[in-house]
Amino acid sequence: MNAPSETIEVSLTVNGERVKRSVPARLNLADFLRNELELTGTHVGCEHGVCGACTVRVDGEIVRGCLMFAAQADGCKVDTIEGLSDSREIEELQSAFVLTNALQCGFCTPGVLMAAQALLRDEPNPSRERIREYLSGNYCRCTGYQAIVDAIEAVARARHARGGR
Amino acid sequence: MKAPRFAYARPASTAEALALLEEHGDDARVLAGGQSLVPILNFRLAAPKVLVDINRIAALSGIKVTRNHIRIGALTRHAELERSADIARHLPIVAAAMPHIAHPAIRNRGTFGGSCALGDPAAELPACAIALGATFIVAGMKGERRIPAQDFFKGLYATALKAGELLVAAEFPLPKPGYASAFGELARRHGDYAMVGVAAHGSTQGKKFSDMRVVFFGVADRPQRAAQLERALDSQPAAAKAIAAALAGLDADLSPRADLHGSAATKLHLAKVLAARVLKTMEGVVA
Repeated sequence: MNAPSETIEVSLTVNGERVKRSVPARLNLADFLRNELELTGTHVGCEHGVCGACTVRVDGEIVRGCLMFAAQADGCKVDTIEGLSDSREIEELQSAFVLTNALQCGFCTPGVLMAAQALLRDEPNPSRERIREYLSGNYCRCTGYQAIVDAIEAVARARHARGGR
Repeated sequence: MKAPRFAYARPASTAEALALLEEHGDDARVLAGGQSLVPILNFRLAAPKVLVDINRIAALSGIKVTRNHIRIGALTRHAELERSADIARHLPIVAAAMPHIAHPAIRNRGTFGGSCALGDPAAELPACAIALGATFIVAGMKGERRIPAQDFFKGLYATALKAGELLVAAEFPLPKPGYASAFGELARRHGDYAMVGVAAHGSTQGKKFSDMRVVFFGVADRPQRAAQLERALDSQPAAAKAIAAALAGLDADLSPRADLHGSAATKLHLAKVLAARVLKTMEGVVA
């Protein structure tokens, strides 16, 4: 067992690439992604887990990047909005967001897309009410949410009509 | 804000974690899911010198059904409880509580043990643990001890855990035949902490209430059993009218303090309204 330390060596996979760094123990995962790796699509809003702007995927599940330390991601597989965008995993959602005007300033959008993709993976055809409930942990101060729900619903219905994904 | 400086350790076993807690005493805090502790650190409400991260201790995680009990490891994530067929079947109010606990991304990290060890008076799982007669299993350097949930919560963010101890699991008795339970809470926004909540468990066999445990949360400095209400329900018909009559005396059980959510009178009123709704949903209760 290693003794407690204020500096931690981490080795993790971010968007498919191996990353090794030495990080301060107090550095949260969102700041690590932004400042160390320059993956600035992960936004930092409230820094206490309320706003959802820092949502990223760790080992396949969405988490708050501000409520996890980079040290804890050692050995993990982390996916950010850049990874999901480059792999075209969220292409349909991105198009639907543009079509329905589901973003204005765009600050919340990466987190909203991470959450929306997680929802549609687990529940391919959610009701509007379910979409709202699932997205309740992602704050948007511009849109009033209506268009965000419209966009996610449109993708869900289109996929459903095609028979699944 | 950002967390203050601390030293981080990631023990691989409960024994290692206990050794670290023993060595660092009050300077150390246990880091489980971190969904409350990290905000506490970021707000600088606490500044422990050492964080003992128990997330890689596999033995602390998981749900196990034995002959008479269902055991929930302290590190079991809310999301695991939410998806578990065993929880849905044996502890349906724990499953019912899950959607009320924050949001999916938080439930993917937040843990059962973390919620209980924090002792937030508005949290759902402590109230469920008391209603269902759970026993907490706590490890220390001198071995394990067992604490009934009823005696575990000591006040605002205060529990029976002593310095150097680690909550490792909770054991819930499997419900007996004829027993039913119900859960509900009121919050201003989805995922917020409860303005008031209630967890109830007891027998409705023979169309009568007996052995009732009704636990309110968000109305006192800890989850609170309503002893007068439980007595008033005992042997009464399991029906809406008897519930309404028993709830008339709820003032004797609860004296909520005014908070951001409302005045004391508002909270007491909401507690009555909610309890009436919730108790009516218990299996075996007739309208």
